[in-house]
Amino acid sequence: MIVLGVLGVGYGFMDANSVTEENISDVIAAEHHGGHGDDALTTEAHGDEHAEEAQGESHGESASHAEESHGDDAHGGMTEHEEHALHQIHNRPYSALYVAAFFFFMIALGVLAFYAIQYAAQAGWSPVLFRVMEGITSYVLPGGLIVLAIAFVADSHLFIWLREGTTTVGHENYDALVAGKSGWLNKTGFFIRGLIFLGGWSLYRHFSRKFSIAQDNADDNRNFKKNFRISAAFLVFYIYTESMMSWDWIMSVDPHWFSTLFGWYVFASMFVSGITVIAMITIYLKSKNLLEFVNDSHIHDLAKFMFGISIFWTYLWFSQFMLIWYSNIPEEVTYFVTRIEDYKLPFFGMLAMNFIFPLLLLMNSDYKRINWFVIMAGIVILCGHYVDVFNWIMPATVGPRWSIGIPEIGSILLFGGLFLLIVFWSLGKESLLAKGNPFIKESEHFHY
Amino acid sequence: MEASKVIHAIYTDDDVLMSAVKTVKAEKHHIEEIYTPFPVHGLDKAMGLAPTRIAIASFMYGCVGLAVAIVMMNFIMIKDWPQDIGGKPSFSYLENMPAFVPIMFELTVFFAAHLMVITFYLRSRMWPFKKAENPDPRTTDDHFLMEIAVHGNESELTSLLKETGAVEINIVDKDEDAH
Repeated sequence: MIVLGVLGVGYGFMDANSVTEENISDVIAAEHHGGHGDDALTTEAHGDEHAEEAQGESHGESASHAEESHGDDAHGGMTEHEEHALHQIHNRPYSALYVAAFFFFMIALGVLAFYAIQYAAQAGWSPVLFRVMEGITSYVLPGGLIVLAIAFVADSHLFIWLREGTTTVGHENYDALVAGKSGWLNKTGFFIRGLIFLGGWSLYRHFSRKFSIAQDNADDNRNFKKNFRISAAFLVFYIYTESMMSWDWIMSVDPHWFSTLFGWYVFASMFVSGITVIAMITIYLKSKNLLEFVNDSHIHDLAKFMFGISIFWTYLWFSQFMLIWYSNIPEEVTYFVTRIEDYKLPFFGMLAMNFIFPLLLLMNSDYKRINWFVIMAGIVILCGHYVDVFNWIMPATVGPRWSIGIPEIGSILLFGGLFLLIVFWSLGKESLLAKGNPFIKESEHFHY
Repeated sequence: MEASKVIHAIYTDDDVLMSAVKTVKAEKHHIEEIYTPFPVHGLDKAMGLAPTRIAIASFMYGCVGLAVAIVMMNFIMIKDWPQDIGGKPSFSYLENMPAFVPIMFELTVFFAAHLMVITFYLRSRMWPFKKAENPDPRTTDDHFLMEIAVHGNESELTSLLKETGAVEINIVDKDEDAH
């Protein structure tokens, strides 16, 4: 998977860079006529999307042109439109990598939050799943570093506020709105904050894993108590940093737009994908007879969480969408205008995948105990949340030139493979039963 | 008639009651009713009662509520008088749907909840001036009562129930009007 992924990502970069200042006019012409030339770009995009793209451009582009302050003069003999299109084409492989890297990182972080909640709430049902959760959270540190590294390399390909001259008065890229935010949105601050967030999360993960393993052979509950205390502290730290992380890593791709409940919304997305992955990996390990102590009731509980948090996600998604749609203030509504015009299918498709599908599938109490049902619902939920991340990043970076092609699938394979490698490597290191946990007896006999 | 006589076995502990229910079921006696002061977890399973279908009823009531909300607002806001209120697009239901979602949601919950409660009252025959069907007032406090119909096997039943730990066994004529 990783090899395939690397090939796909490499192809994506080559493909994007094959479009340069010299041939950009031809590419755009080909796009508009829906032609299937030899051009690398057209071989990849599907025929029917050309029609959409051609339509979308007249709306979407004029809107985003107005937003981004291009200089009056065209550069290097390109028209303004060509330059804009070239940026979008070049941004695509970066965004594809970033979306996939963030998606898998967010799963691990969601699991970490779930794990801390189980400790802080002294849940009696979940201790048998702790080792599975610890395995998944081993991806938090490498995954987070990868996200930051991609952000560092991609620079202004992803974050338009990193373009040269955005904050310099009189420069052709000068943007007064972004300049006003430069106290928060600057490269040094971004990475210092990113490292603090990541440092805090992985410190918690490191110590909680350490105490959890130490508890296995301990003759008292000291390690468990320590874990309880650091989990409570971590949750406070997490909810602040997660919110700021979502401003930095996600919301700042649209630096002109802001929303107050965005942090919660990102949290709901990561939480539900994390729980889904716990359920799927648990079912997989159980099918290999590695988790005899996990019974149907544990799966049932996880499926209830998947169901409940899916609806919580929808609630936040809708609250954000409806408030902005209702008041229709131009400066914030552009966010949804571009998404509905250029991303109709992913935007509303994810609503079906993340809400209607789990709502109807996981409502029945008996279905929540059927393993293949939970796996099927889990696959749809995960795809839905990938599309969710896709909808956060892509409209700001590639605009109407999106597609789910080789760069995107390659990135998913690359990070999916890496995720599975790290998670299962970590799962193999310790016994899968946290046997010293004071709640483990209750959890083994958990019955709902 | 034989069936008008019932045996009342009284227990003081829910664990004893549970094992008694299992013994009586194993001996293939039909348990008419069990009176307890609080829900005893697993009693319905031990008695072999069919699972409730009230959740299914509730789901259907919810669907009715959703349909009522959609039809109502489509008629009022779109069909009957499509007025321009603050620039909201009242050309079709879908275009203005986000504004209707809060009502759609609330009506779904309202119908699902209230109709389910009413269904529960009807099916369990509960209403304000209903005469209480309580064979022994102590069962609302700290005693458990198992009622078994007698079919001429009084002594056999009595000894069986004694063995299961009943503190008191009464044979009573069943008052048919109590229901």
